[in-house]
Formats: sequence, C-alpha cells, structure tokens
Amino acid sequence: MEIREKILNYIETNSRVDLKDLAVMLGVEETTVANEMAAMEEERIICGYHTLIDWEKTSIEKVNALIEVRVTPQRGRGFDSVAERVYNYPEVNAVYLISGGYDLLVTLEGKTLREVAQFVSDKLSTLDSVLSTKTNFILKKYKDHGTVIAKPQEDERMLVSL
Amino acid sequence: MRNPLSERIVEIPFSGIRKFFDIAAEMKDVISLGVGEPDFDTPWHIRDEGIYSLEKGRTAYTSNAGLKELKIEISRYLERRFHVSYDYDKEMMITVGGSEAIDIAMRAMIDAGDEVLIPQPSYVSYEPCAVLAGATPVIINLKEENDFRLTAEELEQAITPKTKILVLPFPNNPTGAIMERKDLEAIARIVIEHDLFVISDEIYAELTYLDEHVTIASLPGMRERTVLINGFSKAYSMTGWRLGYACAPKEILEQMLKIHQYAIMCAPTTSQYAAVEAVRNGDADVSQMREEYNGRRRYLVKRLREMGMPCFEPYGAFYAFPCVRQFGMSSDEFATRMLQEEKVVVVPGTAFGACGEGFLRISYAYSLSKLKEALDRMEHFIDKIN
Repeated sequence: MEIREKILNYIETNSRVDLKDLAVMLGVEETTVANEMAAMEEERIICGYHTLIDWEKTSIEKVNALIEVRVTPQRGRGFDSVAERVYNYPEVNAVYLISGGYDLLVTLEGKTLREVAQFVSDKLSTLDSVLSTKTNFILKKYKDHGTVIAKPQEDERMLVSL
Repeated sequence: MRNPLSERIVEIPFSGIRKFFDIAAEMKDVISLGVGEPDFDTPWHIRDEGIYSLEKGRTAYTSNAGLKELKIEISRYLERRFHVSYDYDKEMMITVGGSEAIDIAMRAMIDAGDEVLIPQPSYVSYEPCAVLAGATPVIINLKEENDFRLTAEELEQAITPKTKILVLPFPNNPTGAIMERKDLEAIARIVIEHDLFVISDEIYAELTYLDEHVTIASLPGMRERTVLINGFSKAYSMTGWRLGYACAPKEILEQMLKIHQYAIMCAPTTSQYAAVEAVRNGDADVSQMREEYNGRRRYLVKRLREMGMPCFEPYGAFYAFPCVRQFGMSSDEFATRMLQEEKVVVVPGTAFGACGEGFLRISYAYSLSKLKEALDRMEHFIDKIN
C-alpha cells in the first residue's frame, strides 16, 4: 500500500492522532507524514478534520433533514450551477448528485422543524431550476462516518490469557 | 479414601499466569497487556453467517472430519496463501481450535519413551500434551541472540536416537519470532536426515510483518513428515468460536481423526459455517487487521526501546518480548511489582519456559490509546526503579 493510502486509512477515523506516533506506526519519518499531509491538504484530497458529535447528548436542539431534489440541468453547466446555489447556504451540510429517482440529495441542519421547513419552502423550492422537493427528517442516528453512535462494548476478554 | 487423582496429571504444573490473574481480578483500573487473543470483534459478515446457519436450523453434528464445504475452502486457501496443497478429503480435518490439533497430533504419533523436541519460550500446551501422550519432552532453549529462531545447530544437538517429533511453533507466542525460508530450509535438512516428524503450529501464520509466512510443509521432502496446524482464532479474530484445522499425510491424519471421533465427535457446527465465510471472503479483513497490528507493533517496540528495555524486532504474532535483566529483578518480580504499583498486567517470560527468564511478554492486541496509557505507566515504573 502506498504511504498516502496508509495515512488516509488511518486518519479517516483518527484525525487527532499525533503525527509522531503515526509516523512510527507507518514505519516512516515524521517529516514524510507531515509533508504528505500538507500536500494532500493542498490538493484537496484532505478537505478537513471534523468532529463527530452526538448532539442528542447535549442540551442543544438540532433537526436534520435529507431532502430529495429534482432539478432541471442547465445547458453547458449540467447540475453544477444549481448545486452551487444550494450548497452556498450555510445551513446546508452536504449536497450530492444522485443517480436514480431524483437528482440532488441535500442534507440540512436547522434548529427547529419550522426552520428547516421554511428553508425548503422559501429558499430551495423557489429556485428556478428546482422541480420538486421531498423532505425526510432524521429521527435517530445509529451510525455515522463508519462509527456506531452508541457506547462501544467494553473489552470482555480475560485480563490475562496465554 | 483412596487418592482419586492420576499422578501423571498431578505432576503437571498449573500455568504460570494464575497468580497474575488473581491479583489483577481484585484490582480496579488495571490495564492489561497480558491477553493472548485479538481485540477485534469477529468481522460482521462472518458472525452473520454463523447466525444465518442457526436460523436455518443447522444445529446437528457435521461429519467427524468437518464440513466438506469448509475443507474445500481451506484447501484453496492454503494453496493460494502458502502454496501447499492438501486433499481436503483425506489429508485434512477440522478441530476444536489449534489446541485440539496439537493434542491429537501428539497422541497419534507418540509411543511411550519417544522424545519430542519443544523449542521454548513457546505456547504452554506442547509440553503437557507430550507428557499426556507418554513422550519425554526435550526442551530446546531458544536464544535472544538468534532473535529466538531455532537454529540447525540447536536442533542437531538436541537429537537422540529416541527423538521422533519436533514441534515448530512459529510465528511464536510469546516471543513474536518468525522463521524465514532460509531458517526453515536448514531445519528441514536436519529433520529429513534424522527421519523426524514436525508438528508445525502456524496459528499466527497470517500475522507476519516481514515477508509472507512460509510453511515448512511447502519445502521439498517435508510435506510427508509434517502435521500442519492452523486455525481461525488469530487470523479472523475468532478465538471464542474454537475452530482450527490440521493437515497431514493420510496415514497420520486418519489416526488423528480416530481420536477426534471418540473424544470430540466434531468441531462446533455453527463455527464451521461461519468459518466457510471467513476463509472464502475474509482476506481483506485479515490484511486490514494485520496492518493495524503492524502499526501498534512498531509503536510498542519503539517505546520499549526508548525506556531502556532492549527488544529484538518481533516480526510475527502480536507480542513483543523485551528484556528486563538490567533492572536486577526476575521476570516474575518485575511483572508482579508493575502490576501492584502501576496496575499494568504483562506476563513474565517464565510462563513460557524457564529460558523465558529475564523477559516479559507484552501483547499489542490493544487499541493504540490503551497501549499508550499502559506504556506511560510502565515508563513511570522504570523511572522509579532506576
């Protein structure tokens, strides 16, 4: 496996790893890891280092929605310009172009149901190229970014075994 | 009342870790690096097949030698990974872990008074199994200067006219030592010259970090005198499923199968169905876990060396075997004090044979954060005693 792939595999789920430790684990120099990571940030292979938060456990209210959007692609620019108009809204978390029954999948975070509904009816649906929307609210997150949200199992192995 | 016990059994000592287990079990906030099994859960697709087999009501015995489907997959796997071919029908059987295979291989091949060569430090069951089978175990003390590999000279010196079997426990628990092709070729020459047989316990075969594992059975002239033992515990993180296998020439295998038939009947059926999935579609899981172990291995060895514990490069299994002689304590004393004072469990090398004195077995089947905390505590301990 190439060094970049190894770095990415590791930091995808452990982005807070000490670069010195990561270098030791991969059997390379620390500067190699630092340089590769800097280069990958530059090339936008690494696009950010985020934190996976279970907001349910805080007192902060959040409402998440998945919105299926059907749009009319534009001549010469396809779906890109409408996608751009959508992703520029700060409340939009993610925008994906989707194959199948609709075109864009938009994930959205709002404080209340009302706020999300308002965004969809006032901002999203009124865009010229948007044909229709279908809003799905997320009721519970079980797993996100490859990580199970519930508390991980305790180590049930015996303390000593041969 | 008469003594109900067998003298032969009473004479076999209990394993050397009991004491540590008892102390550790009474303590809070203990961090253990003393475990000899993987920390990963069995990959879900494998567990799922086990569950599915139960849903389908596949709860009867399988044939004594194991599911045909599983044996066919294993023979393909051995060919693909280690370049040995075995007839799944006549030269292979599914056992209750590698442990059962070790036991029945000895019983099938040993007559009273035969000598069995056992390199140590090594897993604890070879010596008692040899004794139970009526053999005289002869210990070969492996040396740190050879990276705990078995050399042809050491082997040759231990051979007598009574020697029948050599146990070859590589990749090794507890040292993490491996045998490369050239090392095995030297051993094979002596084995053939003296007409010995080899019980090759390769349960850690998938966990090697240098080149690909070589099985001695793949060397010219060795297949006919080797019992190859492997299993699912370490490679697929399936310790609790209790599933292993043995491959051997037909004449040996059918005698092993006879013992298995009377003593065990068959390996657990659910586990066998799950194992079909493991060996058929598990290569990616294995390489992912290997990669993860390898990172921890490098981290552990570096930290140990930095804190003044010389440690040879362990290229196999998931153990490091650092030296603690320089601290003026026995392995047992060092491990006991570290448990009492820092609440870190490691296993003294002596649990794996007298020649393990001066060493500790440290397992890296733990997450990096666990390893880190345990090593910080160890470092604190060493600062204190220095």
